Amino acid sequence: MTTETMTAAPISSRIEAGPRGAKPKTLTASRVGIYLFLILAALFFLMPLWVMVVTSLKTMPEIQLRNIFQWPQQITFEPWLKAWDTACTGRDCNGLKPGFLNSVKITVVGTTVSIIIACLNGYALSFWRYKGANVLFGLLVFGAFVPYQVVIYPLIVGFRELGIFGTFPGIILIHTIFGMPILTLLFRNFFAALPPELFKAARVDGAGFWQIFFQIMVPMAVPITIVAVILQVTGIWNDFLFGTVFAGRENMPMTVQLNNIVNTTTGVREYNVHMAATILTAAVPLAVYFISGKWFVRGIAAGAVKG
Amino acid sequence: MAQLATAKEDDAAKAAGRASGRKPFRLSTLMSIVGTTPMILTAVGVFVICILYSFVLSFTNSRIFPAFGAENFVGTDQYARLWSTGRWLVSVNNIWFFGLLSIAANMTAGYLLAVFMDQRIRAEDLFRSIFLYPFAMSLVITGLVWRWILDPNYGIQATVRGLGFEDFRFAPLVSADTAIYGLVVAGIWNGVGVTMAIMLAGLRGVDSEIWKAAKIDGIPTWRTYLFIVLPMMRGAILTAFILQCVGVVRVFDLIVAMTQGGPGIATQMPAVFVIQHITDRSNVGLGMAAATMMLLPVVVLLGLQVFVQWRANQAKGKAS
Repeated sequence: MTTETMTAAPISSRIEAGPRGAKPKTLTASRVGIYLFLILAALFFLMPLWVMVVTSLKTMPEIQLRNIFQWPQQITFEPWLKAWDTACTGRDCNGLKPGFLNSVKITVVGTTVSIIIACLNGYALSFWRYKGANVLFGLLVFGAFVPYQVVIYPLIVGFRELGIFGTFPGIILIHTIFGMPILTLLFRNFFAALPPELFKAARVDGAGFWQIFFQIMVPMAVPITIVAVILQVTGIWNDFLFGTVFAGRENMPMTVQLNNIVNTTTGVREYNVHMAATILTAAVPLAVYFISGKWFVRGIAAGAVKG
Repeated sequence: MAQLATAKEDDAAKAAGRASGRKPFRLSTLMSIVGTTPMILTAVGVFVICILYSFVLSFTNSRIFPAFGAENFVGTDQYARLWSTGRWLVSVNNIWFFGLLSIAANMTAGYLLAVFMDQRIRAEDLFRSIFLYPFAMSLVITGLVWRWILDPNYGIQATVRGLGFEDFRFAPLVSADTAIYGLVVAGIWNGVGVTMAIMLAGLRGVDSEIWKAAKIDGIPTWRTYLFIVLPMMRGAILTAFILQCVGVVRVFDLIVAMTQGGPGIATQMPAVFVIQHITDRSNVGLGMAAATMMLLPVVVLLGLQVFVQWRANQAKGKAS
């Protein structure tokens, strides 16, 4: 491997290539060191996933043998079934599936609503800036930095007044509110970077606010919408705080239910079930991550760079 | 509310302006305001009114419900009480310790990984996926997994002891002195991939001429990375740093899932403190005083940023 990199790459292609670090030179020992470091680091990052999977496939007696890294001698899927179907939180023994369904509902509706609103915001802020719009936008960006704890109590009070505290519309509204700063930023930056001629031409043709939005801007915004969807799906699915406070018992998302299952103090602690439940809860965002690949990274970068 | 009022006044002014030959009021402007109603309500309703509401409540003795009677206003009593509450003092200490340690470790490890990833390695995408996947998982999951790995009876400690090292001790979460290190490790596992990705993008953005020049001058690679390239990546570093800071102030899920603030109150954090006081402990006044303290660093930092920008603009104005 090392000799290949040394000799095979002609100088011209080296200049073209992406990475600009020091070029691999005569020191093969340092190449070995580089891979050793990276592989050790990779093992550190993979270790918890390994432990999760291995533990979830063991029987309780085998867990008592206390070798957390060992592959199960006898694979069992019982813990997975139990985690999904019959694990208990307090007196309820329905497993994670109600939480899963709740999370699906909250994520689908929450993502849709928050993205529609943010897309409209970004569009209006880029092309139809009314007086005071920039101040509002500034407040929104400020909101991206405000610790949630500062506004949670007033929101609880307000939601109680409106009668939506602990309801499905309530949790959707919460995700819409707290997704708005970053998503609006994302869409505004996207629309602001479009060539202004596009907008001007449509104006000359007599198109109005909504026409331009639906016929020109929405179709153009597909790539940024994908980024926004990834950001929101993982964000809402992984939310714990808002789910605990605002969702109420009936709409309890999967993360909250998972935490309740693991922290149920009655009965024997079934670690294999706990780990199976943890994997099940992580499955959706992990699937999003592995399917979306580079888009996911782009989403983080987009959210981070301007944040 | 104030914003809404001015927006309306704008319309009125524009409508009036039409008669006097100024820029005419357009239906589309109204549509723009209608279209952004959710934003107006959020910006003003949540990020102004709610914050003010919390601030005002911090001067009252509200318990479960907000109390605004004249007799409820107790001045700065809640703040005095807050700063003599052991649980809060521990929380503040913890957030500083946790924050400084995890940000420093995360940035160092992130840069190190990025540098190693930058060595024209094979399977870069595979390594990137491996370093980044924990970030897709929630902090609840991160907390639960690491709690299991660090479990004294079944985790790493038990496993190594089972191999014959009977005296082996590695159970940070059990002791009040070390529990916070466990949280740091879990937090780094979750977030270092993002830092690495941002830093790597920063590294790749550095002009290749710099590398050539450094090479001609005979500067060793590691020194180039440390003293030449690193200072040139201010943007990437700042981005990663801000992301870390926001994450640290908000840290809640990880604590709840991993230690629940324990052992005792050893890993209490401000975010947990506030939530506990508005729920289980029903002491809203004190909770809001704590919440206001959480907002303080954010306001100071943003104020500083605005000031720096204002100064830069002034300097630019003078120069031209």
